[in-house]
Amino acid sequence: MIPNLLRIEKHIDSPTEKFKVMKESQNQVAVDQIFKTKPHISVRNLNVYLTKNHILKNVSLDIPDKAITCIIGPSGCGKTTLLKTFNRLLQNSVDVKIEGEVLVDGVNIHGKDVEVENIRKKMGLLSQRPCPLPMSIFDNVAYGPRIHGTRNKRKLYEIVKNQLEAVGLWEEVKERLKAPAIRLSIGQQQRLCLARGLAVSPEIILGDEATSALDPIATTKIEQLFLSLKKEYSIVLVTHTLRQARRIADYVAFMYMGELIEFGSATEIFTNPKHQLTRDYIGGSFS
Amino acid sequence: MKHFRVKKMEEKIFKALMMAATMIIVVSLFMIIVAVVKRGLPAMSWDMVSKIPGGGFYIGKEGGLLNAIIGSLYIVIGSITLGLSFSLPIVLYINLYLPEKSRLAQFTRLSFDVLFGIPSIVYGAFGFTLMVYLGLRSSLFAGILTVTFLIVPILIRSIDEVVRRVPKEMMDAALSLGATRSEIIKPILRQVAPGIITAIILSVGRGIGDAASVLFTAGYTDSIPTSLSQPVATLPLAIFFQLSSPIVEVQDRAYAAALILTFIVLVLSLAGRYYSRKFSKNKI
Repeated sequence: MIPNLLRIEKHIDSPTEKFKVMKESQNQVAVDQIFKTKPHISVRNLNVYLTKNHILKNVSLDIPDKAITCIIGPSGCGKTTLLKTFNRLLQNSVDVKIEGEVLVDGVNIHGKDVEVENIRKKMGLLSQRPCPLPMSIFDNVAYGPRIHGTRNKRKLYEIVKNQLEAVGLWEEVKERLKAPAIRLSIGQQQRLCLARGLAVSPEIILGDEATSALDPIATTKIEQLFLSLKKEYSIVLVTHTLRQARRIADYVAFMYMGELIEFGSATEIFTNPKHQLTRDYIGGSFS
Repeated sequence: MKHFRVKKMEEKIFKALMMAATMIIVVSLFMIIVAVVKRGLPAMSWDMVSKIPGGGFYIGKEGGLLNAIIGSLYIVIGSITLGLSFSLPIVLYINLYLPEKSRLAQFTRLSFDVLFGIPSIVYGAFGFTLMVYLGLRSSLFAGILTVTFLIVPILIRSIDEVVRRVPKEMMDAALSLGATRSEIIKPILRQVAPGIITAIILSVGRGIGDAASVLFTAGYTDSIPTSLSQPVATLPLAIFFQLSSPIVEVQDRAYAAALILTFIVLVLSLAGRYYSRKFSKNKI
């Protein structure tokens, strides 16, 4: 790790200078050119402090609508923290200070009058390890609709069936909907969690290294689901594996030490990165 | 090579020590049960569990302990219900609503740790003072109240331990579906249901067998109470009073009462284990 860092240092003559240039140009590009549609999530000058550590440093980013955006970067660069500010899960931790804006459909979600439940309902979260609720397969998917007021049994069954079909789990579990969710294999559990998130009809899917605990076959299944789901949802994935970003990303954001270094379309980032740090990371000089 | 032999030796010695510790405890507990069964079983009869004391019961004649059996069950059921309806909200409040490392939560935990260690006679005395202050006489209600004081620390500390171990990711998963804090209580309770049952078993054991807390507060009577304001007999006091009798038959009945008490605790524990297993099938 240390020798790698030293090498990076050498590459950049004046890091701050380069950061500035890069950021200005990138912001313009982001807003004006890259998207055909308007951004779904806009992050503006976001600073996050966790127990006085400056975790996110002045991050500005536009997440495009109905596309897969992958956030890449080495461990501890603030990817997950950024993701957690999107659905305001971060504020449950102790000693957090959040400055700046996160706009979802143009509304600042850290604003005073915003109902946090509505924000979260808009976003399905897929965590690192699948985390089913301690109930049956059916009840897991029905949990969200139930808390949002769907009581009709037939309607619930419809929702559960549709969402389980959407994640390709229906055929595997239709005989044992009443069985505990914990009995499923870990890959099935992750798809169940995705179905559970989809059941509250979100607009955005957030994935926090959603495949890192899965075997290659289960990973492929989840990735294919993301590819088919991006027609209807905006998908933001934090990922540790560059290959995954290469396979499925439409847009890539590269973060390093709490700063957004570069953001652009996947082809641009992978074939012609503008920033030296990005080039090194993608080239595998450090990870 | 020698080193290896020493290691093996160590392993053997520690294994022997652990086995010895286990055996000493198991054997002595077993001896208590043998003593209870040996003296109590001959005194057992159907009358013992189906009749209230007759006129000559305390000199070794007709009647049984139904008053104490029902009384003990009343007290334990009442105090578990009352205790749970206070401890569950307290535990959920300090775990879900108070921030991590909250002073109030830490203070609450500390005070229940201290209350845990207070001898039951002190609760009895406190209950008695409270009774006098409120102008109550010894009654089923006062007994339930005092036993509740006794078991609430057990309930809270043991439920708190399991609620704290609920994975944070699980709460995040429910929250990210748009659940409010009160809506995530349901999955949390499902997750900790086996732990709650363990807490109940522990407190039943403590509450049903405790004599000192009910001595001043619940009183003693030969009849089965029909209202909360009437005094009530309990098995531990039945044991206590009959054991101090000079008549051997009556003393034997004390052992019979102890046998009944042990049996009740056994049945309740087994039932608890059964339900605990049933509830844990969905546990993550």
